[in-house]
Amino acid sequence: MENRPLEYDYTIAKMFMFTTILLGIVGMLIGVILAFQLAFPGVNLILGEGLAEYTNFSRLRPLHTDAVIFGFTLSGVFATWYYVGQRVLKVSMAESKLLMALGKAHFWLYLVVVVAVVVSLFAGVTTSKEYAEFEWPIDIAVVLVWVIFGMSIFGLIGIRREKSLYISIWYYIATFLGIAMLYLFNNMEIPTILGTSASGESGIGSWYHSVSMYAGTNDALVQWWYGHNAVAFGFTVPIVAMIYYFLPKESGQAIYSYKLSLLSFWGLMFVYLWAGGHHLLYSTVPDWMQTMGSIFSVILILPSWGSAINMLLTMKGEWQQVAASPLIKFMVLGSTFYMFSTLEGPIQAIKSVNAIAHFTDWIVGHVHDGVLGWVGFMIMASLYHMAPRVFKREIYSKSLMATQFWIQTLGVVLYFTSMWIAGITQGMMWRAHDEFGNLAYSFIDTVTVLHPYYAIRGVGGLLYLVGFLMFAYNIYKTMSARPVEEHELQNASPMGA
Amino acid sequence: MVNIAELQAYGYFTLTILLVLALYGYIYHLYSTKKDVDGVDYESYSDMALKDDIDDTPVSPKSDKEK
Ligand code: HEM
Repeated sequence: MENRPLEYDYTIAKMFMFTTILLGIVGMLIGVILAFQLAFPGVNLILGEGLAEYTNFSRLRPLHTDAVIFGFTLSGVFATWYYVGQRVLKVSMAESKLLMALGKAHFWLYLVVVVAVVVSLFAGVTTSKEYAEFEWPIDIAVVLVWVIFGMSIFGLIGIRREKSLYISIWYYIATFLGIAMLYLFNNMEIPTILGTSASGESGIGSWYHSVSMYAGTNDALVQWWYGHNAVAFGFTVPIVAMIYYFLPKESGQAIYSYKLSLLSFWGLMFVYLWAGGHHLLYSTVPDWMQTMGSIFSVILILPSWGSAINMLLTMKGEWQQVAASPLIKFMVLGSTFYMFSTLEGPIQAIKSVNAIAHFTDWIVGHVHDGVLGWVGFMIMASLYHMAPRVFKREIYSKSLMATQFWIQTLGVVLYFTSMWIAGITQGMMWRAHDEFGNLAYSFIDTVTVLHPYYAIRGVGGLLYLVGFLMFAYNIYKTMSARPVEEHELQNASPMGA
Repeated sequence: MVNIAELQAYGYFTLTILLVLALYGYIYHLYSTKKDVDGVDYESYSDMALKDDIDDTPVSPKSDKEK
């Protein structure tokens, strides 16, 4: 016992890998169902009239967004943290009983919250704030999970051997702090039973219901400050943390410029927080705030591209690896999609473009080229890199992985191109008018025109889901593949045929 | 009369300018010094990821006692 060499302990990382895959399947399956519901309304009744309450679009939509954001993505963030954190700090979780206990508490409490969220959203219990639908008892549990996550991060940092913090750690810390601040402020709410209405009624509604502490425009401002930064600190910052570790590691190349990575970090932190106003253009928020939202959105291109270009240049002179390794393909395409959606977003934030784009499917297209092409690809690539190392096995099938890559890439392309056409068509039709200012089309005219594009999006989403199932299968089979020697794990992941 | 919204807007603008200056100052600092206070070249920090086995030597060990 005494002489056993110290090893990294991946127990917690494995647990979160499991939820990443499970909740990924659930969330994306619901996404595909939603997509087909929009194309073929009959799908709303898929389980019959009696159960329509549970299967209609409006009941399922928040389940999709919350399952993929707080289920799939966050689990991926936790899984990679419990892997990357130990390695770049050069300290094992096995060295601290406290950290192991915290890690386990983190996982199990998180799972309890997931169950509570799924049950309550299916039951239709919601605060109706997008991405913040959970009622106050769940919010309190969420805060607890987050505090434990923070203790894990800072606990591990506290016992580290490496003095400096690798750039990925900066991004994980920013994720922790950013979401803590956003979540707390946006979810300030008052249980309705504690309130008294204007007419003197008290004890209103169920014990778990609550109303936001903010009202009207203020509520909208706080909500979109939160909503946009949930994209920042959920879909950007931790995913950048992943690529800064996994791409150099898998390719064996040092980051092209470490200084640039530090710079883009501060640039991103500084600019992102001010861009949320672009969700409220032409609304009742002060004009200067809308303008600032637009301007900061455009400036945001710089730090975003700073990281993305840094990653692409890391591959300088090593492009044969992109051809040879499907894992590198995922990451390189991921950073390309990151560049793509961080150019598209600022374009949509320009006021005159937003006048066409707002409320249309173009926004949904933008969301998904980011989350499918960047977030999804990076999380799967990270898990592919981790799998051989945490299970000490060779990846089950390289060709399955390559096939998955092409199927999913096709899926993403079908998704965003159909939504572009649908969105811009919609935007143009809504505003078209004759010489007297009468609207040229009614709403149903747009619905008819959009039908084929909705069907294409459904197919694109289905392809992505199929790819994800291939990923799940590949990881599952990896767990039982042939063991590999330690030294084979230095850089590139060993892959079976 | 200056109202609170106007004050906020001016405050926001001033803060922005200050942060821009700080960021450019940081860029200048990074590229002119090249090394941090411990005398480690920033670029060598990439090795924290590339050489991350538990018995690899840290780029800059936390304490001198470490092997
Ligand atoms: C199989 C893949 C997926 C399909 C088919 C799909 C489909 C959909 C559909 C149909 C909507 C509703 C759009 C509307 O209301 O018009 C939606 C919304 C959304 N999805 Fe997905 N989705 C998928 C994967 C993902 C993933 C992996 C993420 C995040 C990691 C994600 C994040 C979101 C978000 C944030 C929204 C809300 C967008 C908004 O309000 O503008 N989706 N998705």
